[in-house]
Order: sequence, then structure tokens, then C-alpha cells
Amino acid sequence: MAERNMTSNDQIASKNGPGFQQIGQPLDRIDGRAKVTGAARYGYEHIVSDKCAFGYILGASIGRGRIVAIDAQAATKSPGVLLVMTHKNAPAQARFGEPTTATPREVFTRPRPVLGDAHIRYFDQPIALVVGETFEAARAAAGSIDVRYERLQGDFEPELCAATYRPERTNAGFATDTSAGGFAKAFAQAPVKVDATYTTAFESHNPMEPHAAIAQWEGDRVTIYTGTQTLANVRACVAGTLQIPLDSVRVVSPFIGGGFGSKLIAHADIMLAALAARVLQRPVKVAMTRQQMFANAGHRPLSIQQVRLGADRDGKLIAIGHEVCSSTARFEEFTEQTGVFTRSLYAADHRVTRHRLMRLDTNRGEWMRAPGEAPGMLAVESAMDELAHALQLDPIELRIRNEPNLDGTSLDPDRGIPFSSRNLIECMRRGARLFGWERRSARPGAIREGRKLIGHGMAAAIRPNYIGPSRARVVLEPRGTLRVQLDMTDIGTGTYTILTQIAADVMQMPPASIKVELGDSQLPTTAGSGGSWGAASAGSAVHDACTKLKRQLLDLPGIPPGGLQAEGSVTRSAEYDRYSQHAFGAHFAEVAVDLDTAEIRVRRMLGAFAAGRILNPKTARSQIVGGMIWGIGAALMEQTLLDPLHGAFINHDLAEYHIPVNADVGQIDTVFIEEVDERANVFGSKGIGELGICGAGAAVANAVFNATGIRVREFPITLEKLLPFLPG
Amino acid sequence: MKSFLYERATTTQQAVDALAKRLDAKLIAGGTNLLDLMKLEIEQPRHLIDVNSLPLSSIEPLPGGALRIGALVRNSDLAADSRIRREYPLLSQALLAGASGQIRNQATTAGNLLQRTRCYYFYDPRMPCNKRVPGSGCAALNGFNRIHAVLGASDHCIATHPSDMAVAMTALDARVETLSAAGARSFPIDQLYRPPGSTPHVETSLAQGEMITSVTLPPPPPGRQMYRKVRDRASFAFALVAVATIIDADSVAVRNARIAFGGVAPKPWRGIVAEQALLSARPSRDALEQIAEIALADARSQKHNAFKVPLAKRTLMHAIAESTRDG
Repeated sequence: MAERNMTSNDQIASKNGPGFQQIGQPLDRIDGRAKVTGAARYGYEHIVSDKCAFGYILGASIGRGRIVAIDAQAATKSPGVLLVMTHKNAPAQARFGEPTTATPREVFTRPRPVLGDAHIRYFDQPIALVVGETFEAARAAAGSIDVRYERLQGDFEPELCAATYRPERTNAGFATDTSAGGFAKAFAQAPVKVDATYTTAFESHNPMEPHAAIAQWEGDRVTIYTGTQTLANVRACVAGTLQIPLDSVRVVSPFIGGGFGSKLIAHADIMLAALAARVLQRPVKVAMTRQQMFANAGHRPLSIQQVRLGADRDGKLIAIGHEVCSSTARFEEFTEQTGVFTRSLYAADHRVTRHRLMRLDTNRGEWMRAPGEAPGMLAVESAMDELAHALQLDPIELRIRNEPNLDGTSLDPDRGIPFSSRNLIECMRRGARLFGWERRSARPGAIREGRKLIGHGMAAAIRPNYIGPSRARVVLEPRGTLRVQLDMTDIGTGTYTILTQIAADVMQMPPASIKVELGDSQLPTTAGSGGSWGAASAGSAVHDACTKLKRQLLDLPGIPPGGLQAEGSVTRSAEYDRYSQHAFGAHFAEVAVDLDTAEIRVRRMLGAFAAGRILNPKTARSQIVGGMIWGIGAALMEQTLLDPLHGAFINHDLAEYHIPVNADVGQIDTVFIEEVDERANVFGSKGIGELGICGAGAAVANAVFNATGIRVREFPITLEKLLPFLPG
Repeated sequence: MKSFLYERATTTQQAVDALAKRLDAKLIAGGTNLLDLMKLEIEQPRHLIDVNSLPLSSIEPLPGGALRIGALVRNSDLAADSRIRREYPLLSQALLAGASGQIRNQATTAGNLLQRTRCYYFYDPRMPCNKRVPGSGCAALNGFNRIHAVLGASDHCIATHPSDMAVAMTALDARVETLSAAGARSFPIDQLYRPPGSTPHVETSLAQGEMITSVTLPPPPPGRQMYRKVRDRASFAFALVAVATIIDADSVAVRNARIAFGGVAPKPWRGIVAEQALLSARPSRDALEQIAEIALADARSQKHNAFKVPLAKRTLMHAIAESTRDG
């Protein structure tokens, strides 16, 4: 496999003339200096022509019911207050509509009205916007708004939620259920079985930059300055909600302080700013507080997952079952595709996957880094570890024995089509060697250092590779500067940098002569950043535009006095449907568990990945490392607590919503396997933004089991779940 | 944040006078807790008296080997002080186990003592909380109470005190020195914190207009000092359980013992009875288990925090075992 890919690497190089010089280099971030010096402006920081007014959102203090009376008189008269907007006086907007949209795509663009009626659908739902001359004036006035509610009994306790239902499809349009062979009988007859139920908690994205927007109207046209992953989504949602033409909305988002899926759609901050700015005929800025983000900026739903694995005594899987129930909102559906990856990961003749939903009175779950794989692989890759333990087989060997392979061809077990490339085995072998996997004891609880139990675990990673329709324009100026223009975003991933490298290679120009301009909806439309498709989609469009520009140049003696420009684009190729495209990886973790206190600390992690050509090993590594750290969080600490009585996410700040801090990470290493996937895109690259988290948590959980012999199936593994089982 | 008047005091007397004059005044030093609470409108002082320029930033030796720590000594400075590290390592360890470097640079000794609880429900003004709004109820009792108290709580409040420093000072028999219109006074740190009872909003024994000026430490007691903080992540997390111990022992007898817990009670929790039991025990495994039982004998747990009882026992047993280990 590796040899074949080495060859295709050379082929790609020759196909593109002189080959890649800049692509593949660890170029420093183009935007790094602007960010560390504060020159980069984020959503809330843009300077607009008129003096901005400040909005403050007041959230509901019940989880379900309706507003009976709202008295904003005192707030309206409060010093420095310009406007108090509630459902009584908010401008008319499009209706929200049914819980599910006609197509998967529309969920991103559907109208999202705010302050539409008196109904309270979740705790902290915006019920008023106070706009003042200062943020402080607005916030102080918001506190004086008197609200009377009629409370309804809400559903806030998943364990009491017996009623589940079958959604029409999962997120991203996958089939809700799949089956092959006869799972029930095959599983029942399997000589070795694992039947285990795992639970994962609500999680919150918490990007560093809170959700914020400035809206400014000029006549009937509005400009929205915000931090968003996908400008086209925000534009369509604002136009649809306000019932104005798409052309009347401009979205500007040159820098984004993290998104992780929480900035794929427009949230209340954007809509409230747009409405208030129109009423006041003055620019208005609105930011959510960190606390408000927990309820109003998306979360990962919780899940209950039953995994059933049946194998023969040699460890060959006969039956794989992955059945998921996750939470959704009553008013809008979100079905995290938690069981979808299981369809493609391992071979077995008898398979079943299933998604069910339970309705809670919370806001809707959203796409959180690796939706589906992140919670799903915690369960399935833990179950594979349980199976390996039951078989007394090395976990890597177990996975090798279940590699989907038919007559030497790697076939996707679900779709029956070949993988475009699949180097999972190489990831596991290389990773094991570099990590020192041989030091692991097959017997749990065998390694002790003082009062610490030491354990090692591994897990596989799989993540689908996507590409989305995108366009780009390149403008070669008379003095030789190349401007690369598209409405793509850089959410901290390194987009500015890799697009510079791509343009430099095609044009054979130094990176310093290239100016990448992103984050303005007036530029050619892209698929934005999400689903790890950004580099492939925007990059291919830039590649195409540069190729066309270069062709034009060939027929010319030099750059014409007026400059030269070209447009390029990319769509999904036929290859995309003929091959199953995924990136793969293998995670390794070493943990220490304190014998007295059950505290778990990750001492080191190593991840090996096969993700096609790596466009920039430096920015790629940063993304992968970030994802692996998310894995530590998911395994050991992240959980958003839903108060069972009030329906509030109660640990809604960064003091009590724990993510790993530097001291929790230890040593972390990554390695990329040489690979070029020529079927993926012109670069042979695959998405990496989410790959790092896939399976990372399971490697940590499996290390905890290896350290202690205790299997915790309720994530996160906080110390009280180990404590009762540790020796006294 | 509600608007407020801001005043900078230049002498301690001036600060105390200003504080006594207005019921809605508060002192501000590092502001690491108060400002957060003001932003959330949990604290709404109409008058802030900035005490940062008062001459209370030194650590001074007292006759007889004691030490006086000024109210404004920053947590970082206190933790790094050579006398503290040499003679009261427990205090240095506790300080360094708290917060982050940035916060410790700003936070002061008196401010650390007077920080408010980290109960989730106290922090959300829309939730019932007897500490924030007397008589409104306690949402933690029927909510998520994993981080809450197992000792010294009441039916009105199960919040814990979050300080690490105060736990170490409690084990060290520190005294708090104050100034008010009535003059100066000094009392054991244990008397600073009031049990919640039916008035959890009254957290300390400080009178209106009374200001902490310093903390004194008696000469260091003999024995090994240890601070062990158990938490959900390696840094920047409040204690689930913390144990401060000072134990002077060999394999034959225990000559001196101090035990204090953090993270389990509305105040730093001194284990006096367990200390006495330890004094009369030979440090064997069985004896340790008995002492741990005694220390947690009065524990009452809630739905999610029952683990704190065995966790506190195990952590205490480990600390004693470490302290009595030869070498």
C-alpha cells in the first residue's frame, strides 16, 4: 500500500508540472503575527463607521413554559438605554417551521427567528435584548426587567425519558438504520461476545471567541461582522429570517477564534444585532456571555450506546451491532450520526446500526468536532478493547484480523465499494513501534510505580473525507502581487497559510507575493470550514483558479497593465461516489491512576495518521494535537450538567466545565504516514480537522482499564467511578 | 455590573472608617473573585474601597518565632517566601495548588480567606440559593451536588469553602487580626467562618466595618507537613477533597498531629477528634482506618457526593502513612 502511494505521489507531482515546493512545507502561520499583536479583528472588534450601540441578551429563567407578562418599563427608562426588544415589539420575522427540514442542507440556512413569541423552549432562551450606549448600561437595565412565567413540566432527565423515536435520517443525511445478514442470530451464536452499554455526556464547544456580531444597515442592506465558519449559511439564514433578498446581506468574518462546529449556523447574537440595528438605524453589537453560550451556541447531545460484538475464537468478528439513543430538542431535531462510522470500520457478515432520539426540553444539539465519531468511537473502540481482553488477544492484532479486505481489495463493508485508500494497519504498526507498545502488559493492573498504577491503551480512528462545492478568484496585479479571493474562513486551522502555499506552488511565486483574502461574502462562495472539508474544497478551487490564470499567462508576453484574473471552482467528482473516502489513524495513551485517590492523569499520547498528503505539517500537527486533547477531555472530564429540576446547564463557565489544561496533557506526539490519496482531490489530501479526536478518548479509557482492570462505561471517567473498585 | 463609587484608601484607619460608614460598601484588593461576582450581579456593592495601597504587604517575624502575614500579601509572594517554604511548607504547597499563576499574582491573603463558594447554584442568579437570596431555597439539595459538602452543611446550604490556603492555615493554628471602629482584635482562624445553619448568607464572624489586617502563624509545630489536594484535573480546579496534615511521629508513637480538610465543608474542617485519636495510636494500618473513620464520622452525603467520604478517608490515610514513613 505504502509503495503504491509513494508512486502516486510522484505521479501527482509530475501531473502538476514541477510539483509541490511549498505544499508539504511547515510554513509559519501567515496570520500569526496579526493575531498575537491584536491586529486581527474578531466579530465584536470591528470598527464600523457610526458609533456602535451595545446589546445585552436576557435569557429565560425557566426551562419550559411561556411568558405571561414582561415589564420592561424600568429598563426602558434606565440611563443610557436605547431600546428594549421583547416578543411584544420585535419586528416580524419568518416562521421557524417544523422540527425537521425537507433536506439536510436546509438546516444550515433555515430561518431562525428570535423573540418570536411567548413560548419558552429551553432555559436561557433569549427573551429580551436591551440595547444601550454602553455594554454596562444595557446589562444593568436587563436586570430590572420583570418577567412572569407560566411553567410547564419539562423533560430534563434522560434516564426518565422512556419514549424514543426513529428519525427519518441522521445528521448529514445518512440512513437512520442499516442492517446486513442476520445480526440477532449470528450474535446469539457467536462463541465470544461483548454486549455493553456506554453513555456519553452533554459537551459544550467553548471556542475562545464567544459568539458575537455587529450589524450595520445602509438603507435596505445589512452588513454582519461576526465569527462564523461558513459565511453562506449566515447570509442565507439572515436573509430568510428577515425576509430580505440574499443580495441585501453581506457577512464579514476575516478571523474566527475557534468554532468546532458551533459557528456553522447563525445564532441569536447575529439575529438580535440585525433586528436592533434596523430598529435603531444605528450599528449594534451583541455578544453572548460565556454562560449564555452553553444554552445558546450549541452542544453535543448526550448518548446511550449499546455495542454488541460477536467473534469467533480467533477474533474474527461475526456480528457488529451499534445502537444509539441520543438527545434532541422538542422543537428542532438533531440526530448525531454516532453509529455511522461503525458501518465502515470493521468487517463482519452480520451488522446492524440504529439511531433513536429522546426529546428533551433543551436547545437543539449541534455539530461538535467529529459529530458521530467522537462519542461513537468512545463506545465502539472501548468495546473492541473489551473483546480483545476477552479473547486474550492484542488489541492491534484484533483490529488487523477484522480489516475489511476481499481478495486483496479494501472494501467498505457497508457500501461494497473500495476505499480510496485505507492505511489503518500501517498507522497501528507505526504508532505501536514509536509509542513502545511492547511495554504494555496484557494483564491489567500489572504495572505499578509507587502509589500509581500505569496503563497503556490504543484505539483506531476513522473519519470520512468530504469535499464541498467551492469557487475562488485570483487576481494578478500589474506589480506582481497575486490576490487570492474567496469567502472561505480560517477558524484557527491555518487556511490563510495553506491557500498561500497552494497558490505559490501553482503560480511558482514566492509566498510573500501572495495575499489571501478570506471571510467576506462578496467574494466567491465556498463550502466554508466544517466537516474537515475546508482545505480540500477551498484549496481545490484556488488550485483551479491559479491553473487557469497560469494558462492565460502562457499566451501573454507579461502581466497586462490592467492585471489579470481568473476564477476556479471544484465540485464533487464522480470518484467521490465510486470510492469510500476516509482518513485513518491509531491513538496510543499511557495513563497513571493514583491508588489512593483514583485521580487519572495522562502521561503521554501518540497518534499516527494516514490522511493523504499533508499540506502543512506544522498547522496539521496543531490541529491533530488539539483533537487528541479533546479526546482526553471527552474521556476524563468534559460534561455539561443539565439540572434535572430547572433544565439549566448549570456548570456553565470554564471554571466548572472542565477541559484539559496544560498540566493534564503530558507528552503528546503525532506522526503522519506517507500517503497520497489521488482520488480525494487534486492534492491527494484528506481532512484532518476532526481526525485527531476520533478514537482518542477510547485510547485513554482503554489505558485506564489496562492500568486498573476497571472498565468504566459511563463517560467521562471521573474518579468516583473508579474509587469503589480500587484496592483499599 | 451595577455602577458603584470607587474610592482609594491611603491608610488602614481610613479604609475601616469608610467601610463602617456604608452598609453597601466592600473592600477590593486583588478582585479576582469580587469582580466576577459583580459582573454576574451576585455582589452589588454601591461603593468600592480599594485597599491595594495600604501598608499591609509584608511578611514579618514576631517575637517568639511567630510570623505575621499582611492582608495584602499576594498568594504568589506568600508561596515563594523563603521562611514560609522552610518552616510552613504546607502553606506554600496549598497556595501553589490553588488557582493559576496569574490569579495567584493578583489574589491577596485576606481576599483568599474571604472568597465565596463555587457552588453552581450560587453562581446563577436565576437559581434559588439561600446564601445569595436568604429564604429562596437551596437548588443544590435536589440538583447536581457532586462538588458539595459532606461535613458541617445544613438543610439550608451545602456549599463548600473553596480555599486551599485557609485549610493549611487552619492546620497551622493561624490567627486572624482585624481592625474596626471598636479597635483591633485577634482570634483563631477557625472562628472566622460561621456554620451555615439557617443563615448561610452570614459567612463570617466579621462585624460590619471590620477589616482583616493580617494573619499570624505561631512558630511552626514539629512534624512533617503535607498538603494533598484531590481534583478533577491537574491544575486550575477546586478541591474535591484536600487534606492538610502536620504529624510528628516515628514508628513507636505520634507526638503531635494536626488534620484539616478542604473541599468537604462550608469552612476549612479541622479534625480535632481524629488528631487526638492519632496521638494515642501506633501508626498501624488498622489504626489509620480507625482514625479515618473518626475523622469522617459525622459525614452526611447527598446524591452525587457520597464518594467524598471514602475519598477523604483514603487521602487522609495516605497522608498519615507518608508522614510517618521513616526516611
